[in-house]
Amino acid sequence: MTDMHQDTGLTGADAGAADAIDAGTADAFLSHDQSLRHAPGPYFGAYGGRWMPESLIAALDELQDTFEKAKADPEFTAQVAELNKNYAGRPSLLTEAARFAEHCGGVRVFLKREDLNHTGSHKINNVLGQALIAKRMGKTRVIAETGAGQHGVASATAAALLGLECVVYMGAEDTRRQALNVARMQLLGATVIPVTNGSQTLKDAINDALRDWVANVETTHYLLGTAAGAHPFPSMVRFFHEVIGDEAREQILEQTGRLPDAVCACVGGGSNAIGMFHGFLDDRGVALYGFEAGGDGVETGRHAATITLGRPGVLHGARSYLMQDEDGQTMESHSISAGLDYPGVGPEHAYLADIGRANYEPITDAEAMAAFKVLSQTEGIIPAIETAHALAGAMKVGQRLAADLGPGEKASDKIIVINLSGRGDKDVATAAGYFDLLPDDSVEQEIAQEGEQL
Amino acid sequence: MTPHSTDQQAAGAGVAAAAPSKAAAAIEKARREGRAALIGYLPAGFPDVQTTIDAGIAMAENGVDLIEIGIPYSDPVMDGHVIQEATVEALANGFTVPRIFDVVEGITRKTDAAVLVMTYWNPVMRMGVREFSERLAAAGGAGLITPDLIPDEATEWLEISEELGLDRVFLVAPSTSPQRMQNTVDASRGFVYAVSVMGVTGARTSVGAAARAVVDAAHHAGAERVCVGLGVSSSAQVREIGAYADGVIVGTALVAALRDGGVQAVAELTRELSTGTAKVSGGGTA
Ligand SMILES: Cc1ncc(COP(=O)(O)O)c(C=O)c1O
Repeated sequence: MTDMHQDTGLTGADAGAADAIDAGTADAFLSHDQSLRHAPGPYFGAYGGRWMPESLIAALDELQDTFEKAKADPEFTAQVAELNKNYAGRPSLLTEAARFAEHCGGVRVFLKREDLNHTGSHKINNVLGQALIAKRMGKTRVIAETGAGQHGVASATAAALLGLECVVYMGAEDTRRQALNVARMQLLGATVIPVTNGSQTLKDAINDALRDWVANVETTHYLLGTAAGAHPFPSMVRFFHEVIGDEAREQILEQTGRLPDAVCACVGGGSNAIGMFHGFLDDRGVALYGFEAGGDGVETGRHAATITLGRPGVLHGARSYLMQDEDGQTMESHSISAGLDYPGVGPEHAYLADIGRANYEPITDAEAMAAFKVLSQTEGIIPAIETAHALAGAMKVGQRLAADLGPGEKASDKIIVINLSGRGDKDVATAAGYFDLLPDDSVEQEIAQEGEQL
Repeated sequence: MTPHSTDQQAAGAGVAAAAPSKAAAAIEKARREGRAALIGYLPAGFPDVQTTIDAGIAMAENGVDLIEIGIPYSDPVMDGHVIQEATVEALANGFTVPRIFDVVEGITRKTDAAVLVMTYWNPVMRMGVREFSERLAAAGGAGLITPDLIPDEATEWLEISEELGLDRVFLVAPSTSPQRMQNTVDASRGFVYAVSVMGVTGARTSVGAAARAVVDAAHHAGAERVCVGLGVSSSAQVREIGAYADGVIVGTALVAALRDGGVQAVAELTRELSTGTAKVSGGGTA
C-alpha cells in the first residue's frame, strides 16, 4: 500500500464518479459561488453517509433529529455557551509564540490554546455538547471509545457533570499501558471495559462500543470522540468544535488586524482540525494544513497517514480515506501518538483534500518529537504529542512561506495560526523515555517503556 | 430514501422477480414440503477453505436449504465473540477475499443448496462491486447478505445485482421504522433478513418476542419471504420461529460445532436443527 490515492484509479465499478476529484465543486468554491461552511452531511462530496447496520439507523435518525432541533434552539446553544465559558474555560487564549516562530522561518506564529481547556484538550468541546444532546434524548447512559484515554477521560468528565452513567471501551493493551488514565476515568465514576477482540486497538474499541450500542440503544448514546463515523456524527462533532475556529478568527483579526496566511492542525480522526478549519473555510487566502501521523515514515508502512496513503473505503459508518489492504481489510496504524493512531479519518477531510481546499501531509514520530521539544523550550508550553505533529508541520509551512516571499515582503509579514489541541502532561513519561531522561533503574523508566502517559 | 421504491416491486421480495432468485427457489421448495427453510452460516476459511467447503456440503446433505458463507473481515461490528474469533483465525490462517469464490463454487458444484455470501461492504467495494458480483455469479452464488449496507447506500449494488440476477438480502430490525421497512422490503430480492433482537450474533437461550413483530411487519410490507437470524441455536428455537417465519438462520451454534467437533459435528447439529423445521400445521399450506 504505497500507492498515492491520486493515481490509484480504483478497481471496479465504484471508481470514476465516486472517487474522482469533485472538480465541479472545487470550481464552484474557487469562483466564490458556494460556501463550504456548515456542510450538513450526510455526504461531503463522495464521502460520509451511513454504512451502518440497519439496527442502528433508527438511533442515528433520532440523534440527527435531536441535534437539528437543538442547534436551532436558543436555549440549547445558550446552555452550550454557558458550559464552554464557566466550566471548560472558554474562550481559549490565542498566544503569539515569538521564540517558537524563529524555528518557523521567522513568520509570526499564534497558538490557539485548547490545552488550557478543562481536561487539557479540545475534546471537552465535543463531549459537553454530546452529553447535553444525550440528555435531550432522555438517555441515561453514554458509551465511548478511547485510545490512550483522552476522549475517555473527557467523556467521563461530561458524564459526571451531567449525571449520566458512563462506560468506556478501551483496547486491553491500552488499559495496561495507560493504567493511570484508566484510574482517572474510574475516579470520575466511569466503568472501563478492556477490549480483547480483533487487534485490541482503538478501532476495535469502536467496534465494541458499536456492539454495545446496538444492544442498548434505548437507554444509551454513543459519544463518539472524533469527527468520523456515520451521519450525523461528522457534522455534529464539527459543530461542537466550530467554536475553536470562530474564536481564533476573531482573535487573530483583533491581534493583527488581518487573517492568517496559514492555519495548521493535527489530524487523527479530524475533530480539532475540522473545528479550527471551519472558521476559515471560506477565506480563500488562508491555506489550511492538516498533519497526519507519519509514524516511522510513510515509506515504512508503519504510520497513520490515512489521507496521504489511504484509499476510499468504508469503516465505522462513513466512506472516507482508509488504510486498507488489497482485500479491503483495515490495516493497523502506527504512531507514537495514541490520539492519531487510527486507520480512518473523518469524511469532511477526505472531501476537503479532494477539492484541494485543505492540504494534508505526514509528520514522522521523530519530526513531531523534535517540535515537541522546541515548543517546550522556546515557549514554556509542553504540548500533547498529537499536537506536536501540527507544530512540526507549521515549522515546515513557515519555512516555505519565508522561502517564497514576494518582492518587498518580510517573513514577519506572514502569519500562521496553529491549533494547540492539547497539553502534554499526559505524555511526559513517553517523552522522557524518548529523550532518555530517566535513570535506568527508576520506576518511571519502566513505565515509559510501556508508553505510559501520566 | 432508497431510489427503488414501488416501481421496483418486480424485483422486490414481495413479487417474483424476472430473473429467477436462487434463494427464493430454495425457500419456496421448503414451503412446498411443509417446512420453514433452514439456513446455515459458516465463515469462509475457518479453519481452512477446504473445511468450509466440506462443512457446507455436509450442511446441505443434512437438511440445510440455504448456505450462508461469511467473508472474514477485520471489523465485524455485527458479530459476537464466537464468530469473530473464527474469522480472526481464518485471516490468521491466510484467508484472502478472492477465495470466497472457491468456497462458493466448491459447494455449489456438489449440492443443490443456494449459497449466499454474507459480507461487510468494504471488501466488496475494494474489489469493485461489479467485479465481485460477476465472480460471485460465475461461481454459482445466489447473492449477498449485507449486514452493514442499507438500501440507501446501495445504488450501485441494486443495479448490478438486478442485471446479474443476484439476490440482495438486506436486514431489518426491531428498531426499523415502518417507512424503512417498506423501503428495505422493496429493495430486497430473495428474502428479507429479520434480526431477532437488538444485538449482535451469538447463541441465545431465547429469541425475543420482537422477532415475531419484525417478521409480521415485513410480511405486512409485502415481503413473501422473511427469515429470522441472530441467536438461534436449537431445534426448539427453529420450531418456534419456523411457525411464523419463512426461514430460520443459524450461525454461532454451527461455528461452535465446527470449532469443537469438526465437519462431523456440523452434520449432526444440522440434522438436529432440521427436525425443527416442519410447520406445526403439518401441511404444505403455510
Ligand atoms: C490533544 C489531542 N489532539 C488531537 C487528537 C486527535 O484527534 P482529532 O483528530 O479528532 O482532533 C487527540 C486525540 O486523542 C488529542 O488528545
